[in-house]
Amino acid sequence: MGNPQEVRKHSLGERVAAVFAFRESILILVLLVGGIIMTAASPVFLTWPNLEAILLGLSVEGTIAVGMVILLVSGGLDLSVGSTLAFTGVVCGLALTAGVPSVIAILLALLAAFTVGLVNGLLIAKLKMNPFIITLGMMITIRGLLLVLAGGRAVLNLPDSFTVIGQGRLLGIQYPIFVVILMTVFGDLLLRNTRFFRQNYYIGGKEQAARLSGIKVDFLKVFNYCLIAVISGISGLLITARFGSASLTVGSGIELRVITAAIIGGASLNGGEGSVLGAILGALFMGILANSLNLLGVDVYWQNLVTGLMLILAVVFDMINEKRKEQRR
Amino acid sequence: MEELLVVEKIRKSFPGVLAVADVSFTLGKGEILALIGENGAGKSTLSQVLGGALRPDSGRILLEGREVSFASPLEAIHDGIRMMFQELSLVGSLSIAENIFANRQPVGPLNSIRWKKLHQETTEFLQRFRVSLDPRLLVKRLVKGEQQILEFLKAISSGPKVLILDEPTSSLTETESAYLMDNIRALRAEGMSFIYITHKLSEVFKISDRVIVMRDGRYVGSRETAQCTERDLVAMMVGRDISNSAFHPSATEDGECLRIEGLSRRGVFADISFRVRKGEILGLSGLVGSGRTELARSVFGMDPKDGGKVFLEGRLLHVGNPSEAIRQGIVYLTEDRKELGLFLDMPIRDNLVAPSLRRFTSALGFVQMKPINGFAAQKMQEFFIAAPSALKKVRKLSGGNQQKCLVATWVGTEPKAIFLDEPTRGVDVASRAEIYVKIQELARRGVGIVLISSDLPELIGLCDRILVMHQGRLAGEVRRPDFSEELILSYATGLQSGHSEDRARHG
Repeated sequence: MGNPQEVRKHSLGERVAAVFAFRESILILVLLVGGIIMTAASPVFLTWPNLEAILLGLSVEGTIAVGMVILLVSGGLDLSVGSTLAFTGVVCGLALTAGVPSVIAILLALLAAFTVGLVNGLLIAKLKMNPFIITLGMMITIRGLLLVLAGGRAVLNLPDSFTVIGQGRLLGIQYPIFVVILMTVFGDLLLRNTRFFRQNYYIGGKEQAARLSGIKVDFLKVFNYCLIAVISGISGLLITARFGSASLTVGSGIELRVITAAIIGGASLNGGEGSVLGAILGALFMGILANSLNLLGVDVYWQNLVTGLMLILAVVFDMINEKRKEQRR
Repeated sequence: MEELLVVEKIRKSFPGVLAVADVSFTLGKGEILALIGENGAGKSTLSQVLGGALRPDSGRILLEGREVSFASPLEAIHDGIRMMFQELSLVGSLSIAENIFANRQPVGPLNSIRWKKLHQETTEFLQRFRVSLDPRLLVKRLVKGEQQILEFLKAISSGPKVLILDEPTSSLTETESAYLMDNIRALRAEGMSFIYITHKLSEVFKISDRVIVMRDGRYVGSRETAQCTERDLVAMMVGRDISNSAFHPSATEDGECLRIEGLSRRGVFADISFRVRKGEILGLSGLVGSGRTELARSVFGMDPKDGGKVFLEGRLLHVGNPSEAIRQGIVYLTEDRKELGLFLDMPIRDNLVAPSLRRFTSALGFVQMKPINGFAAQKMQEFFIAAPSALKKVRKLSGGNQQKCLVATWVGTEPKAIFLDEPTRGVDVASRAEIYVKIQELARRGVGIVLISSDLPELIGLCDRILVMHQGRLAGEVRRPDFSEELILSYATGLQSGHSEDRARHG
């Protein structure tokens, strides 16, 4: 403000640069180019069964990524999502095999998931505990709890009235795919445009300042952990329904894949940054990458290596970009 | 004048300390009240009570004749008393608009934000205050001074009746400070009242209508600003008469300490040449952004340089990093003690020895605690660091004591040349005087000193010569007989350039 009269003008070049300053635009471009290359390289890539497989994979990680990116924006983190996912499936499965009607079993299972989130949220918001530690502890605890509950065996033979939610089709497309699409569209609109969800950017950016602006920080934190737990629960129910059985190991490691997706999509572990669209694109990117390596006949062991490199590249790219912008001033 | 705020016998104690002892005063509508006192006088505690961040033990606050009490700053803001914090409350990853209208963005159906309206309202608001920044610009892209101004605009955007400002100009340039003061005066004309906490007495006279002084938690007195002198206020603050800046000409020896030749860093500063004699205090003035700090950082090896040479006692130095610089005897005391200067969560002792650890390490690489403890105790005494023990965390100290720690740390490396960057920023009068004594002592020992400061009276009071930078270049040199704020400012703002002439004379 050395010169308050100075006006920043935007040339066409700057406008184009501004569009590509958004992580989402870059990811879309990368996905398009990658898609075109893959279409040329493999006759299978652009077929419906293959795309459906990619989208089904995305339906689990993508759905949870919506909740995770909201948490990351607010400066939080949840490592217990994979355990919650499996836990919900097991609770539902046990209820079903005990003869509880499907709707009640689903509600019960979601209530169980909600409770996990509530405990996480209360410990982190009210007792000001570190989210990494609390949710790490919760991840181990819940995984243990579900093993105890299920007696170490997967819950099999679930009724059709339940499995339909994971296997049913609308217009030839499986329900879980609709769920992830709806979650993405609504999640993005909510986080981007509503005052309620936008509060998360203030909390993640500067918590004290958020309080001063009248934001109910603690409430919102608890809300976020409950939200992601319920979302993980829904994912767990869909996956259990899709497989027709409640697995005890399902969802292991998903927390890190989801966080990776969100960060590739522009979120930051320091809070204050990220978008739902970005996180979903990040998840899609990882899904398509894995699928492409598969189609190209690359050994499955390479997938982790490549995904890890992509994460590091994305973060390094961010840092260089940030430096460049600072220097331009 | 109509009374807006009446404070009656406010008392606040912390375990073992009575921070504010039955302080009463009034604030008129449309009045600017300066609140001064040394660090630890209780100004911050009092302002936090008024701003709702702390609850008083006893006493009453009346706003417009109605008794108020606040459980949180938020409640105070609702009632019309707002504190502007020293620490920035802005969110870097959000736009200017979203920061100003934090959590009160205009919304449409379903609580969704009406971006166009938000940006339009922000533009109008900014224009009212003669700022033409794009409301969509992210705050992290602004420089520190701009952020500070934005913080101020954010605070007034909610239309408070009373705005409490705590050291608002501490990281502003002269122009930005002037801008801030102009706006404060304009808002006063509209009936807004201000409590203005500052260490800079010059600001008290520039801006305030009335000034109240606190000492040791007590209210000492109140004066109409127009009817008192700087000396009166200092006497009230410290309870005795002390002289603030007694200039002793440095015992400059003839020997050359530091010589800089043609130092450049692309886009930051260019072609800087000057020399510092042993025992000389050379002032380096210039507006923030003129490249003074960056110059010092490059000499110290923290930032790269593109060209030029640095000589220490006639020897050409190749310094690529601070570690090397410290070993050679050139050190730099940062202007930002909290972010760059101190390890806030470590004890005083560990801070004091941080850059000198090499001296306390045995041949096998073990750190020797006994001499370290002795060193720390000695430095605490020499530099008047008031703390119960050398193991106290630096974060717990007052600003003045933190700064004395920082000075002690760097002087403790026994440098040959030292760059002091704003060594008294945000420091109370007594600590400031103690730091001045130390700087002069250092000069008497033959150390070459480059004093970077935005505080012109400080430079004029301490320096033998003052160099002025403008936009990355040396704009002029002022010698002691010609010292005046006007002359320095005219160089600093680029109105005048004495560069070529001076080079011919002293180069």
